[in-house]
Amino acid sequence: MTDLLTTPRPADTPDAGQPKKTLLERYVALSAPIRWMTAAALGILLLSIVQEISGEGSSVLTEPGTSGAMLRFAVPILLAGLGGLFSERAGIVNIGLEGMMIMGTWFGAWGTVNFGSPWAGLICAAVGGALGGLLHAVATVSFGVDHIISGVAINILAPGLTRFLSDQVFSRWDGGSITQSPRAVGLPKIDVPLLAGRGGSTNWLGSIDDRNWFFVSDVAGFLEGAMQGLSLFTIIAFLLVPASGFVLWKTRIGLRIRICGERPEAGESLGVNIYLHKYIGVITSGAFAGLAGGFIAMELAGLYREGQTLGRGYIGLAALIFGNWRPGGVALGSLLFGYPFVLALRDSTGLGTRALLLVIAIALVGMLVYSLVKQNKTDSAIAGVLAAGVFVWWSLSSTAPNWLPNTMPYATVLLVLVFMSQRLRMPAADGQIYRKGG
Amino acid sequence: MNQSTLRRAALGVGAPVAAVAFAVALSSIVLIVSGNNPITAFADMIEYASRLETIVDILNEATPLYLAGIAAAIGFRMNLFNIGVEGQYLIAAFFAAAIGSAGFVVDLPGPLHVAVILLVAMSVGAAWAGVAGALKVTRGINEVISTIMLNFIAVGGVIAWLLVEFQDDSGATNSGTTPLPESGRMPSLNGILEIVTREISKGRELTGVLVVALVVGVGYHLFINRTRIGFDFRASGFNPLAARAGGVPPKRMIMYAMLLSGAVAGLVGMFEVLSDKGQYSQSFVRGIGFNGIAVALIGRNNAVGVAVGALLFGFLSSSSGILQITGSATPEIVEIMKGIIVLSAVVAYEVVRRIRTRDEARTAAEATQRSDTDSAPLDGSEVTA
Repeated sequence: MTDLLTTPRPADTPDAGQPKKTLLERYVALSAPIRWMTAAALGILLLSIVQEISGEGSSVLTEPGTSGAMLRFAVPILLAGLGGLFSERAGIVNIGLEGMMIMGTWFGAWGTVNFGSPWAGLICAAVGGALGGLLHAVATVSFGVDHIISGVAINILAPGLTRFLSDQVFSRWDGGSITQSPRAVGLPKIDVPLLAGRGGSTNWLGSIDDRNWFFVSDVAGFLEGAMQGLSLFTIIAFLLVPASGFVLWKTRIGLRIRICGERPEAGESLGVNIYLHKYIGVITSGAFAGLAGGFIAMELAGLYREGQTLGRGYIGLAALIFGNWRPGGVALGSLLFGYPFVLALRDSTGLGTRALLLVIAIALVGMLVYSLVKQNKTDSAIAGVLAAGVFVWWSLSSTAPNWLPNTMPYATVLLVLVFMSQRLRMPAADGQIYRKGG
Repeated sequence: MNQSTLRRAALGVGAPVAAVAFAVALSSIVLIVSGNNPITAFADMIEYASRLETIVDILNEATPLYLAGIAAAIGFRMNLFNIGVEGQYLIAAFFAAAIGSAGFVVDLPGPLHVAVILLVAMSVGAAWAGVAGALKVTRGINEVISTIMLNFIAVGGVIAWLLVEFQDDSGATNSGTTPLPESGRMPSLNGILEIVTREISKGRELTGVLVVALVVGVGYHLFINRTRIGFDFRASGFNPLAARAGGVPPKRMIMYAMLLSGAVAGLVGMFEVLSDKGQYSQSFVRGIGFNGIAVALIGRNNAVGVAVGALLFGFLSSSSGILQITGSATPEIVEIMKGIIVLSAVVAYEVVRRIRTRDEARTAAEATQRSDTDSAPLDGSEVTA
């Protein structure tokens, strides 16, 4: 402590000749795990303050069930976003993620029921999505079709194909029809031992949660919920975040995929097979999107149902943009964009959603302060007006209307992009059509 | 010269025909694999489509598709991907139906009533698309993402919220706006069609919105090809940097394109509001926006091409119903066909574009070679002299 006071680091003193480091810059300089924990703690702190203010009924914001559901609802967005990451790092924009996800929902359910094993379902979902990815790769890489156009075409083809397949397969099975499959159970679920055991086994987090300490108990409850009934599929999905980062940034094939998205000509001159690596990127992308669909069918719904993806493929793309084309950012984006889906499902009274309005207002005030510090007048004005509007809405309402939770995921995406989209850097050759020797 | 013009024309027509042929071949294989006879299935569909009543169905089906196609095409011409036609037409149809059946508007005389409804639809559609345009121009948000989010917000948010307010019967299970009176309906075109054919039976009515679609199609063609701003549109889409250097303001062009695209998208739901149901309800027809994008892609954003695409999709949708009745195949096969047609059409167009570029390069190379050989003796004589 005295050490810190007597020998300040140069950057900490304003008159050391260097510009003073802002809080944010110091935060960014922290190591990734600490940064993540700080962000999560701040998020929960915000939610528990709001919960204290809003009172009865808003406990849905941090109760254990919510955090578990938050993880589950983040997974499809996360997997779609990671899928987008592989594709766009290889320079191919993939709005066909939604269609590949639809393929994943169908094949995931089919594999699970047909082979009687959720693991088979998982593999089938990935393969189904990868087929969609292959189609996208053939159109965009080999034939040079505009990426968005090919993606739109795949999004049109996929629902037609799955409907046809359902008619051929599911409608002939017991409990199935042209719009849905028989029940398809997901992967086994586990409780993290010691920390969040159930049924009499040790549960440290649970005991802290029961004390009802402000914030501390909320954090414990939040973690407890996230660690109970955790599907192996969820664990796999979140393990894919560091795995994707490792593959793309630490391996040879990752470097080659990334050069396709940054400077394919330079890669070609170094002897990299650009077409091949673009194919790898897009097919991997499809497999991830397929897994996302499989998760929706097997884990969220327990069966395939027509139209159950609800545009999550597109939200995955938004998470990719929000995350600045990095795996960690995609994960954060998926948690942020997935959270409102949880409330849409769990918050029947609308009290929690109303409390979330206050959270949004506070976040906007934070944005306002940040923009003022940065002296960005437009951002300040937008943040100020929106914050005031949302705050007035919160204070005048007693409960949220029932359409609000269903709108929130999509509105959150737009709101975040309003402030974020100009600070981002996408791969330099993303979306461009590349021809060998061109 | 004449031969190359012929070759160009053949390539232009060949691509979509090849795409359809490919789709027919591929879906035939699918039908054979699933144990059906593709020849009987397609024969059934074509036979059914040649009936007058089915033709009316096809035209009714194609009318909103065409409008959606033109709406998407306006954006595509400028390299703007208005994926939000879906949300724009739904929210426009809702407001048009709600305002058309409320207040003083409901008492307006026939043509004026319809005009007000059309105007409301176009304004609301333009406004909703304009949000995406403004977000792109001022905040740099990609229109693909924003229009998709706006689709969900329109249906799950705005309409879900306001539909309850405008509901005619609070006890009804299927909530909807108050049905429009006769003055707010578009007259059917049966009379005109019957001049050249026989009497249309089975209660089929050819929609009057077809006229609106034709006007929009002609207007679109003239606008893009015959006006200054239409030229600026194409220029910005073709080469935004060059257009900008030539004095075309890119941001204003984006706003114009989105507003115009949204205004046309607003008309898509008018078949159901003005001709068919006369109200917006929870069971309002969905998905025309996305099919419209497909139709625009098949038609290469050309007024006539989009019409062909819309009629093709209309044919597939309308005549697939017969498959269920005759049992020769499952009607779902047409959904696959639609997808394959779109995908193979865009691939075929790209292949044709490459062949043309190669042809042009070859012609140019031949021309320069010819001029080189022409001038060679001259150079030689100069050197010797």
